[in-house]
Amino acid sequence: MNFDYTEEQTLLDNMVTSFVRDNYDWDARCNIVKSEEGWKEENWKQFAELGLLGVPFDEAYGGLGGKSADLMIVMEQFGKGLVVEPYLPTVILAGGLISKLGSEKQKNSIIPEIISGNVRCAFAYAEPQSRFDLNDVKTSAVINGDDYVLNGFKSVVFGAGMASHIIISARTEGEQRSESGITLFIVDTKSEGLTLQNYPTIDEYRASEVIIENLKVSKDNVLGKVNMAYDAIEEIVDISTIAACSEAVGILQVLKDSTTEYCKNRKQFGQSIAKNQVIQHRLVDMMIEYEQAKSILYMAVTADLSNSDERRKVVSAAKARIGKAIKFVGESAIQLHGGMGVVDEYMVSHYFKRATMIGVLFGNTDYHMKRYTTLTQSGISSTDEAISVSVT
Amino acid sequence: MDTAFSNEDLKFQSEIRDFIKANYPQELRDSINSKRKLGKELSREDLTAWHKILGKHNGWSAPSWPKQYGGAEFTPTQKYIFEQECAKAECQYIMPFGINMVGPVIYTFGNEEQKAQHLPGILSGEVFWCQGYSEPGSGSDLASLKTSAVKEGDHYVVNGQKTWTTMAQYADWIFCLVRTNPDAEKPQQGISFLLIDMKTPGVTVRPIKLMDGSHEVNETWFDNVKVPVENLIGQENMGWTYAKFLLAHERSGIAGVARSKKAIERIKQIASSEMSYGEPLIQDPAFKAKIAAAELELSALEYTELRTLAKDSAGKGPGPESSLLKIKGTDIQQAVTELAMEAVGYYANPHLGTTLSNEYVGPDYATNLSGTYFNFRKASIYGGSNEIQRNIIAKMVLGL
Repeated sequence: MNFDYTEEQTLLDNMVTSFVRDNYDWDARCNIVKSEEGWKEENWKQFAELGLLGVPFDEAYGGLGGKSADLMIVMEQFGKGLVVEPYLPTVILAGGLISKLGSEKQKNSIIPEIISGNVRCAFAYAEPQSRFDLNDVKTSAVINGDDYVLNGFKSVVFGAGMASHIIISARTEGEQRSESGITLFIVDTKSEGLTLQNYPTIDEYRASEVIIENLKVSKDNVLGKVNMAYDAIEEIVDISTIAACSEAVGILQVLKDSTTEYCKNRKQFGQSIAKNQVIQHRLVDMMIEYEQAKSILYMAVTADLSNSDERRKVVSAAKARIGKAIKFVGESAIQLHGGMGVVDEYMVSHYFKRATMIGVLFGNTDYHMKRYTTLTQSGISSTDEAISVSVT
Repeated sequence: MDTAFSNEDLKFQSEIRDFIKANYPQELRDSINSKRKLGKELSREDLTAWHKILGKHNGWSAPSWPKQYGGAEFTPTQKYIFEQECAKAECQYIMPFGINMVGPVIYTFGNEEQKAQHLPGILSGEVFWCQGYSEPGSGSDLASLKTSAVKEGDHYVVNGQKTWTTMAQYADWIFCLVRTNPDAEKPQQGISFLLIDMKTPGVTVRPIKLMDGSHEVNETWFDNVKVPVENLIGQENMGWTYAKFLLAHERSGIAGVARSKKAIERIKQIASSEMSYGEPLIQDPAFKAKIAAAELELSALEYTELRTLAKDSAGKGPGPESSLLKIKGTDIQQAVTELAMEAVGYYANPHLGTTLSNEYVGPDYATNLSGTYFNFRKASIYGGSNEIQRNIIAKMVLGL
């Protein structure tokens, strides 16, 4: 049993840490999020040079063959710097789907392009009515000769505005909420029939509403088997959820540490406010929540994710528990910063907003609590055995 | 990062399983179960029988002790597996006062005579120890203790009162913090660590009954008790150092993760039998959510404990972070005892095992669950209250 990084992981950690330190100080970040584009191409090029864009991809396509633990390292440091470049949508979400489902031809043409930084992708899955249910797909795809014709609407697609390609989930068969009958299509963002309505998010990332009207997609651009995409979507969204949790843990660390420092320095009634026990205990509880969040992330990262029952269980456990930590640590950080907590100018509110939006991403605490409960209390997998196999 | 069991670990796990299966006495299981159900006090034999069996097998009664003192010297992973397996099989837990508390103090700070005199009895479970720390006026503020030890020739004469002495009714020996220098500049500086034979004239034990009717703790009085100077551990007036070592030293298992896991499993079974709105309680969304919340907290705590153990094995020492394990571990134990009581509805009421009623009523699984809930309010108070643990983290970890 050990929770230490391997030599390669330590190098990766140092590399991302230096990137954030050197390129992502507060002023630099403010300039990026205020810009028209909402991201910085130069940073993306650096990701490519550093090899970060290849972390999860198979070595056969030029990647590093990394696992969830490696993605955790990247995302945790990105969280600490509130890095806004679309790494999660491109590399983990879309990249994950292409790796999982792509034909050799598709993989050979797209993955090296992602790794070299030339191509960015987004994944359009949510719809106005679907909330967090990945199986709830109304967007339709109807075959017409050698093409499919897609019609529908996709909500809050992260990173779509900076992407050259969008992967769209559409219904080729079955009822609106049926798991079978969902198919994925890779589409050029500039295609006719595709309209993007771009906007900034409250936490200063970028997302788009995607309107799909008579969009023609060649059969060659179907990703994976027709009607059979659901399992892969669920799996890759689960993997991406762990990545989002990793980002959150990085953010929580900053919130906890910076709030502790702030309380030591802030003087009222002639002394540091950290001398008050009521403040001290709140800070201790923030630390405990942070440690518990980090621990459950480690549980998810080191679990046997190739076993789908185990994967679902640990992902929902982590997302639900970390969601609770986000709320407590985030709200406490604002409260203890007093007036400084609520202003836009000071960093802490930005970390709080990002953490809170990660709380919503891929399903909020209640959503994952329900999924976890369904998995563990209906006899699919016994907590006890599952934990004893995956842990030392 | 790697948390998978190695083949050796798996072999070790089945060795433990087999050993428990072959050696945990059925009579002991029956005796403890029937007493628990009726809320009756466990005997000294109930509390030590399993300890004695483990003591005869490769030092398994002392998982953390070095081999040179007869311990098992398990790796952190092995300790974890051992605790898991013992909890799964519902083995009686080993009393901590000898093995986890005074034992390590003796082999770390004691002299050769003291090691030879005391370690074998602690290891074998033949000698029963209790802890003399708290006093009526010294709870969280332990260093304010007043029990005095005055050196007269080759003896200390001890006077004063200790309280909350767990299982003193069975104890052969007590380890005590006593004041040897009342004039020291700081209260921590005048304290010494003494071992006292409970049979010495002048030692009196009086029971304290807890709110569930149980007798676990006592008042222990010292009236001109003569203690040979050979029973002083380390140096005079250095007792606070040893006391702190003791408190921070053995934190493996402090969180009680394996036992809480077993308890949740039990609650699920109970909630499958209990009905609410015509359906098993386990289907009730509100109850289900509470169980899941406890499970998540416990999963996180399990990994927090594993991280602490891994750090420990890398020689980095557990340190004050272990206060976190105490706070969260006891939070969960309390949540779990509450859920169990809640699960049985009206059958939380009967108080069995008193002189007024000696018969079972209600379902078998329901007996004494409310007693356990009430009893476990102690957990966030003992061992340094959870508020004191927060003070420790604030000072030692956050530097406030």
